[in-house]
Amino acid sequence: MTGMTARGEALRTQEMTINMGPQHPSTHGVLRVILTTDGEVVTRAVPDVGYLHRGLEKIGERVTYAQFMPFTDRLDYLAAMNCNCAWAWAVEKLAKIEVPERAEFLRVIVAELNRISSHLIAFGSFTADMGAFTPFLYAIRERERVNDLFEMICGNRLTYNYARIGGVSGDAPPGFLEKTKEFLDYFEPKIDEYNNLISYNKIFVHRLANVAVIPAEEAVAYGMTGPNLRGSGVPFDLRRDEPYSVYPKFDFKVCVGTGERGKLGDCFDRYMVRINEMRESVKIVRQALAQIPEGPVMAKVPRVFKPPAGETYFRSECPRGETGIYVVSDGSANPFRLKIRTGSFVTMNIFEKVTKGLMIADIVAVIGSFDIILPEIDR
Amino acid sequence: MEARAIFETLKEKFGDAVVELQGEGFTPPFVVVAPGSVRDIARFLKEDPALSFDSLMSLSGVDYKDRFAVAYHLYSMKHRHAVGMKAMLPRESPSLPSVDDVWPAANFQEREAYDLFGFVFEGSKDLRRILLPEDWEGHPLRKDYKYAEFYHGIKI
Amino acid sequence: MEALARSLVNFVPVLGGVPLWTITLLVMVASAAVVLVFALTFEGVGSLVLRKVAGDIQARIGPNRVGPNGMLQFLADGVKLVLKEDIIPARADRLLFRLAPYFVFVGSFAAFVVVPFGVGLIAADLNIGIYYVMAVTSLVVVGILLAGWSSNNKWALLGGMRAAAQIVSYEIPVGMALIPAVLVAGSLSLQAIVKSQGGLFGIFGWNLFHDPFAFFSFLLYFTAAQAETNQTPFDLPEAESELVSGYNVEYSGIRFGLFFLAEFGDMFIVAALATACFLGGWNVPFVSVAALPPVWGNLLSLGVFLGKAFTMVLIMMWVRWTLPRLRVDQLMRMSWKYMVPLTFVNLLGVSLWLLLFHGKGIPQMIASLFG
Repeated sequence: MTGMTARGEALRTQEMTINMGPQHPSTHGVLRVILTTDGEVVTRAVPDVGYLHRGLEKIGERVTYAQFMPFTDRLDYLAAMNCNCAWAWAVEKLAKIEVPERAEFLRVIVAELNRISSHLIAFGSFTADMGAFTPFLYAIRERERVNDLFEMICGNRLTYNYARIGGVSGDAPPGFLEKTKEFLDYFEPKIDEYNNLISYNKIFVHRLANVAVIPAEEAVAYGMTGPNLRGSGVPFDLRRDEPYSVYPKFDFKVCVGTGERGKLGDCFDRYMVRINEMRESVKIVRQALAQIPEGPVMAKVPRVFKPPAGETYFRSECPRGETGIYVVSDGSANPFRLKIRTGSFVTMNIFEKVTKGLMIADIVAVIGSFDIILPEIDR
Repeated sequence: MEARAIFETLKEKFGDAVVELQGEGFTPPFVVVAPGSVRDIARFLKEDPALSFDSLMSLSGVDYKDRFAVAYHLYSMKHRHAVGMKAMLPRESPSLPSVDDVWPAANFQEREAYDLFGFVFEGSKDLRRILLPEDWEGHPLRKDYKYAEFYHGIKI
Repeated sequence: MEALARSLVNFVPVLGGVPLWTITLLVMVASAAVVLVFALTFEGVGSLVLRKVAGDIQARIGPNRVGPNGMLQFLADGVKLVLKEDIIPARADRLLFRLAPYFVFVGSFAAFVVVPFGVGLIAADLNIGIYYVMAVTSLVVVGILLAGWSSNNKWALLGGMRAAAQIVSYEIPVGMALIPAVLVAGSLSLQAIVKSQGGLFGIFGWNLFHDPFAFFSFLLYFTAAQAETNQTPFDLPEAESELVSGYNVEYSGIRFGLFFLAEFGDMFIVAALATACFLGGWNVPFVSVAALPPVWGNLLSLGVFLGKAFTMVLIMMWVRWTLPRLRVDQLMRMSWKYMVPLTFVNLLGVSLWLLLFHGKGIPQMIASLFG
């Protein structure tokens, strides 16, 4: 900035506006970020969402409660089971339906398995964003086995449509529970393998530690939830603190960020929370497999299901934060108003604030550490 | 703290600005407040040590056909209690103060309500459409929304 | 070359009537063609091996459709790259955009000329060999910068700028880390450097074991050279997950193919230089190749050289699929704050060693102890 050109004019620098996305390898979908950069340093990064808006909430007003179940698959395709169950739990809370215990256990088993597979993708795509492509394929290898299990129980590998209002679509087929246990035995040592492979790699740690630090109060104020909130050191987990389903029966730890490699609440902490949560999910599934009772898997729900008029807000712990479902019922067969509050959407709120002054490579790290998914943001 | 107690506290403090408590059939119960005083009540809810609702779980617009409403779902990390707050809005020119300086989490959700319902949040730091294109006509989640046939010549 | 031409004339008397310069020219073209064919073959096979190695490391199979076990995949890729449409963005600087891949490819290919493949197998034994390699590979940075600039794409521009900064920064440690080998041999010629590493059971003559500083130089060279040639974990100019594909994002067809080939060529050059300067080059353990009949000596030494070089290439691939990528400021800090001073200290160390011990390395001293 102090130099002179050949013609004697003072040299100057100019900020550059770069359009990152909606087609970009590491925006995890169709997120668009408008970057204003001074060389490699980002002075402003404004997220622009909505490229995948399908109007799920409007669709919800036109279909019946049961018919909305397949749409929840499309809410977060990496954790469709969790979204299925969240919708079922929300409607059951609204209509005060008692669900058979075996169904609840099956729901918890598939939800936790899906949490594992979702966190695997989070872990894999995050490391791929950081330039190490190999862990991604390791994660895919393990996820494949979860998909096999889901295919066994409901026939689908991505959009499961497994939960039903009042239960689940079918009992676990013979051999499912044993296969699940086999998977857990296979999978648990793999977590250590990931840690040895990449988590504590020096370059990896240097890329993540002290990047995009979010203090606890800020994380709460900005409505961050799930692993992102726990990464800032807030021990809050809906499965423990606002228990639903049969979660109170299980003993598990709420993983929080510890600031082990940098300041508390940096990208590394958010990453580590997910790695540790996989271990806790394994623990929950093990306990569920041990305690699962015999019995029916579907409650008696009338064919034409009309919940009483009223309003319910139900939130459940999904892999990407809390999925809150606000249903307004007018007593008819369709929801009168349906609002889905998703973890990714609210988390994007803080994006502009934390990315100020980072480098372009860090933007990728922040997106990866938030583990956003676009159908959940845009709905 | 129970919803009834919260309602009493607010009623005492804000008088007529606090309209009613929607309890039966509502989980969590809603404290219905006048739209104009939303920000003051929000600040009180957040800062009062006995309430300390530091977390805005969700902010939703609702179209009750005869009127609009904005529903706030609040949670306190400290006391682990939840309550709803609702502001009823007239169908003509619905507007109310923004709460994004109380809970920064509100910003995106207010933008969403602005986008899909057309509510104007006065004093918001950034009120633009969020999910739909800037030049989209109408607000789809209103019950009287007419589906457009074309958008820039593209059949929808 | 002229000597070669003269020996050819002596060998085949029929050529006696032809002017010597024509034959010299023909020999030059022929040797260039041989080197080019070698380079292209290596790059083709290298890309296949890279993908197979990647497959193995990543718990998957890798290409297995074209030919037996996917062996002909590189041919299919090559044909595809040649046949694809060559797209030039509407508002690109057309001349520079077309020129850039050639700079990159020539810069990488020209270095093959001085690689000592065997005892007599070298296209041109320049007496400034190392200097020449450093000089022509610098052409790559011009090409990459041109590609980034002329594409009229901000990602490409960022990639080009990163490449320029990175290559220029890492050229210093690369050059400085190679100088110990030059000092030991007393020559810049790569052939002379290789020859200086013969004897002592073939292995202990290597510069690698000459003295601790030389050993350390090898590590420094290998790290810095990976950075200079934009290999992972230093692949910031491409950085697929950040800059989409960096400087070559707008290229397609054979122009992209040239960048791709140059990348593999660079990989081989790094491995070949490491082999020649530190790992004994074509010297065969326990055998004096120079004393063998020329055909056998050349074949044996070529095999040994390629074996060593390919091992180094495999190590580079292994690193590539294991490590994540550095950030640009960390990369710069690593060069200027750590590698540059270290290489200088190292160079000083080697010089002092040579001065104090009269040019003798540790293995030589041990050998002289036992007579």
